[in-house]
Amino acid sequence: MRYSALQILRQGLTGNRGWKPVWREPDPKPHYDIVIVGGGGHGLATAYYLATVHGLTDVAVLEKGWLGSGNVGRNTTIIRSNYLLPGNEPFYELSLQLWEGLEQDFNYNAMVSQRGIVNLYHSDGQRDAAARRGNAMLLAGADAVLLDREALQRKCPYLDFDNERFPIKGGLYQPRGGTVRHDAVAWGYARGADRRGVDLIQNCEVTGFDIRDGVCRGVETSRGAIGADRVAVCVAGSSGRVMGYAGLRLPIESHVLQAFVTEGLKPAIPGVITFGAGHFYVSQSDKGGLVFGGDIDGYNSYAQRGNLPTLEDVCEGGMALMPMIGRARILRIWGGLVDMSMDGSPFIDKTPVDGLLFNGGWNYGGFKATPASGYCYAHLIATGAPHPVAAEMRLDRFERGAAIDEKGAGAQPNLH
Amino acid sequence: MLIDHPLLGPRDAAEFVILGDAGLIDRPDWQAEDAARLFHDYQHLRDNPAGGHRELWFHEQGDRSWLVVTRNTVTHEIVKVELARDVAIARERDR
Repeated sequence: MRYSALQILRQGLTGNRGWKPVWREPDPKPHYDIVIVGGGGHGLATAYYLATVHGLTDVAVLEKGWLGSGNVGRNTTIIRSNYLLPGNEPFYELSLQLWEGLEQDFNYNAMVSQRGIVNLYHSDGQRDAAARRGNAMLLAGADAVLLDREALQRKCPYLDFDNERFPIKGGLYQPRGGTVRHDAVAWGYARGADRRGVDLIQNCEVTGFDIRDGVCRGVETSRGAIGADRVAVCVAGSSGRVMGYAGLRLPIESHVLQAFVTEGLKPAIPGVITFGAGHFYVSQSDKGGLVFGGDIDGYNSYAQRGNLPTLEDVCEGGMALMPMIGRARILRIWGGLVDMSMDGSPFIDKTPVDGLLFNGGWNYGGFKATPASGYCYAHLIATGAPHPVAAEMRLDRFERGAAIDEKGAGAQPNLH
Repeated sequence: MLIDHPLLGPRDAAEFVILGDAGLIDRPDWQAEDAARLFHDYQHLRDNPAGGHRELWFHEQGDRSWLVVTRNTVTHEIVKVELARDVAIARERDR
């Protein structure tokens, strides 16, 4: 069924009895051309673009829980393309362009809202860095505006502009950035892939790979063995665990990242605001809750929950940026697992095992990348060659001295 | 989390910083034939287990000793704490 205003009217007049389940619940077949491991945003987007762009529909997506039960439902919903380095920025700009046409493309309301994102600067040095980053963005076809203090004050008068230690001097503004209803992204891609014949198989955990003579011929799962010509792993957060079944060690550590939501408040925050002196960022959801976050907890974790010292640290950042946030009460806290890579950048690549492909290492920036990640991964799976904008996101880049280190922190995953 | 320091007793984990996998003690031989590959693997690749994990913590806000903490990455339970010095000597990494 195609969704439209007319359809809502028709269903409304006939007692809403015509709505059908959005996807099927098929049993796994013994063999597929392509098996995608991981039914999160990236896996579902990959299946969707394999079907729509490359016409490949003998595809299964295997998910150990329910669709979208991982990071696509546990993030802070921000989209942006304000990266600096040539290995990253064109990729994220493609992603933002795909976000802009996404709802029309997959006929699903994902509430894509380009309400703008501003990264604050607090010193002359930070202003220079912001200008450089803005120019890099413009060169890649993105949009960027350097705001001075007065322009920023008109937008966000409640920020602590005259903070003694970190006075706010302005910000780098990307008007096309914003937020998206994150669960709807998973559901929209799932529906689009299912309608084109992709099998979405839930409660099906991959427990091993069928690798013979260096070639991957399928997966072992909790619902039996499934053969495949190509197996595409897409399980960021659990990459180390899953790729360990294939005997591969990765340049990745798993960490826990927390996020926080306050009670619903009247509209106060126009877009996304990020603090330049501490790690804190905030936006306001359509329900009115302030959605905010900061640093990862810092130690390896597979726990999907964090500890209180990090909450305190994030809230201190919030108080330094906008003291009024102290009057809001936190309603919910949650944690998600993130693949922290050795340079803070992701991987979309083949592995040393023939027929086994890998997508992961998204650090805490995977949500905004969802469309381009799926698009480029589908391109790699279908053609065997990396998509031009993802050509640097390779597993062997450290051996070649070609790390994509936005922050310049070196091979220390918990600092990116 | 509380880390039971072998010399100081239980201390708040907030006093420490974590470096990562305790395998970083085993620095490769720089004169080996394949030293470039060994150092790449040493520097960049991780086992990243879900479960027991031996890792290096530095008591930065305390006595500035390095510890090897054995911790479960699924439950955050700490099962063993040793001085990294003792671990290194036991592995003959004391030069």
